[in-house]
Amino acid sequence: MSDAPKLFAPAQGRSPYATPLTPRRRGLIIGASTGLGAALAQKLAGQETSLALVARSKDKLDALCRQINANGGYALAYQHDVCNYDEVPALLRKIVADLGGLDFVIYAAGINLPPGGMDKYNFENDRKMIEVNLIGAMAWLTPIAEMFQSAGAGQIVGISSVAGDRGRVGNPGYNTSKAGLTTYLEALRNRLTRRGVNVLTVKPGFMKTEMLKAAQGVPFFVIEPERAAEDILRAMQKRKQTIYTLSIWRWIMLIIRHIPSFIFRRLSF
Amino acid sequence: MNLTTRFAQLENFGHSLKATCYRIKIEKTEDLHEVFQLARQSGLTVTARGTGISYNDVSLNGGGIVLDMSGMNQILEWDPASGVVRCEAGVTLEDLWKRVEPDGWWPPVVSGTMKTTLGGCLAANIHGKNNFQVGTIGEHVTEFTALLPTGALVTCSPKKNADLFYAMISGLGMLGIFTTITLKMKRIHSGLISVDAWHVPTLRRHLGDLLEHAPRYDYIVGWLDTLATGNSLGRGQIHAANNLKEGEDPNARETMKLSYQHLPDRLFGVMPKSLLHYFMNPFLNNAGVRLINTAKYAASLRRHTFRESHAEFHFLLDYVPDWERSFGRGGLIQYQSFLPKETAADAWREMIQLSHRRGLPAYLGVTKRHRPDNFLLSHAVDGFSLAMDFKVTDRNRAPLRNLLLEFDRIVLNAGGRFYFAKNSETSPETARAFLGEETIAKFKKLKKRCDPHGLLESDLYRRVFGS
Repeated sequence: MSDAPKLFAPAQGRSPYATPLTPRRRGLIIGASTGLGAALAQKLAGQETSLALVARSKDKLDALCRQINANGGYALAYQHDVCNYDEVPALLRKIVADLGGLDFVIYAAGINLPPGGMDKYNFENDRKMIEVNLIGAMAWLTPIAEMFQSAGAGQIVGISSVAGDRGRVGNPGYNTSKAGLTTYLEALRNRLTRRGVNVLTVKPGFMKTEMLKAAQGVPFFVIEPERAAEDILRAMQKRKQTIYTLSIWRWIMLIIRHIPSFIFRRLSF
Repeated sequence: MNLTTRFAQLENFGHSLKATCYRIKIEKTEDLHEVFQLARQSGLTVTARGTGISYNDVSLNGGGIVLDMSGMNQILEWDPASGVVRCEAGVTLEDLWKRVEPDGWWPPVVSGTMKTTLGGCLAANIHGKNNFQVGTIGEHVTEFTALLPTGALVTCSPKKNADLFYAMISGLGMLGIFTTITLKMKRIHSGLISVDAWHVPTLRRHLGDLLEHAPRYDYIVGWLDTLATGNSLGRGQIHAANNLKEGEDPNARETMKLSYQHLPDRLFGVMPKSLLHYFMNPFLNNAGVRLINTAKYAASLRRHTFRESHAEFHFLLDYVPDWERSFGRGGLIQYQSFLPKETAADAWREMIQLSHRRGLPAYLGVTKRHRPDNFLLSHAVDGFSLAMDFKVTDRNRAPLRNLLLEFDRIVLNAGGRFYFAKNSETSPETARAFLGEETIAKFKKLKKRCDPHGLLESDLYRRVFGS
């Protein structure tokens, strides 16, 4: 490992231990420092959950952890770039040991680097998006899927996007990375459901995060990431398979998925 | 070794606690060496687990390695002339009694289930219904070998490495891993045991009879109706038993056969007992248990004496397979307190009344008579124990926890102790209070010596001794 993960002691000194009368879940969020990942961390921290938070940006991660621990939650911070695939196995082992087990994982790391116009191309950006949004997810979820499969328990949540439902003119690389992630999660679901593991694919529409800047056109149905986090936690509790947030995106995307190609290729969104 | 594919979700006996760990099956002592090496390299901690039927987190190690010791299950030497047996640590009491009983011997101390492994029995230093007569299982161990995390294989007996002997037995597997255990069995002259059963109408009579009658018996155990109130509080039934002397059983040859010790697997010869727990489930609520307890108490009013097989008398917990499943999704926990004979009645009256006031009665109460022992992390007192089973539900967790914290306070004020095989909510402060700073310091000093890198850790150890 290039960078040893930085650990924080919980605010109240002793780490909270699970007993039959004070059960705790243990969760890992990758891409936790901002946006939806951070919103999920904050919400989960109040629900008897010990959290390992992984992100590239050390300062934001530290601040988030400090805030959670000050409010009586329990979060450990690990600085890591999801493109450093080789770091994953050792870091995962350390996280599982530090948390005292692992019950669920949320892969929320994602970037959106549009090429800057429907007649522009940018392989560097496309490659970066595939590396973070898709290969990073595969690097983390491969050992986790294997562990959960072996344990016959666990929950995997992948933050994909409505953008993965069709290939559109604005951002081919992003569409591809999210389509790949959706398909990968579906395949994991088909493998793991029979082994007692729940795989939830989350497809957010527009959210008020950094990424909104990358949106083409005028965004609509924009929600706060906290709202999306609430939807996701509810879906996790119900062990759902796929959710859209807001849920109206399910119907919007149903229509968009059924636009015939001869029309779709004439549209400019 | 690929740890990823060894990830497992393990539970306590009561299905009320889950932990995800890396489970590694151990078949020989060399495997232990390998695991210690792996643990050192990967920065993981290690806990041994036998059949995993402790009520708490003593054999769980969330995020770390759990040694599945069930593969070390060879009875290495058995001498029917002297009654001395040498076993691997994963041998269960079931393996053991089935081997020695036909030769006229019985394990000196057994738990209420035969599924426990000897390694686990020693780590918790278990007691039986004969604790007041013969002490804990540790007092019948003549020698054991254990592998320390340093890589040293030590042999311990009351004479040799005595400090380790008295600390590793009761040491919760935190000083080393038992590899072989040598035990002295107890002579029996029949496959049957003679049982007297009588009722006790009050708590005072209950404890008075345990105290007064114990000296005349080899075994004594009480059932306590945890829902009875008022003058009847603490009522129950006592079962006391004696081994038959030579000649008392005319059919000894027949009753000593293994087939005679078989626990029937069907109820009334028809219903498979494996299904029974489904039918028990609807009764496991306050009203249902009150009904059952009242009926059970009424049935106990007639004093009677009978003979039954050793297996039937000792292994009540195995009588209904998977009975703990009848407690439902949240599972169960057990709270066992050990109190001096002088303070027990008042403390337990206060605790039982408190549980009634909170609407959180225990569903099963079991009493025993105890005497102190010389082991380091001892739970024993000259007095009694009361084990209470509580059903856990999503709604009662927080109030039940508060109740148990108050129980701890009552027990400590009454000079009581606790047992690490049972209670799941014991705090570090409570442990310090009943064990004493000196004992804990001694334990930690030995730990430092046996396990300088802190490889052996369980969830219980971190929870109770970690800070």
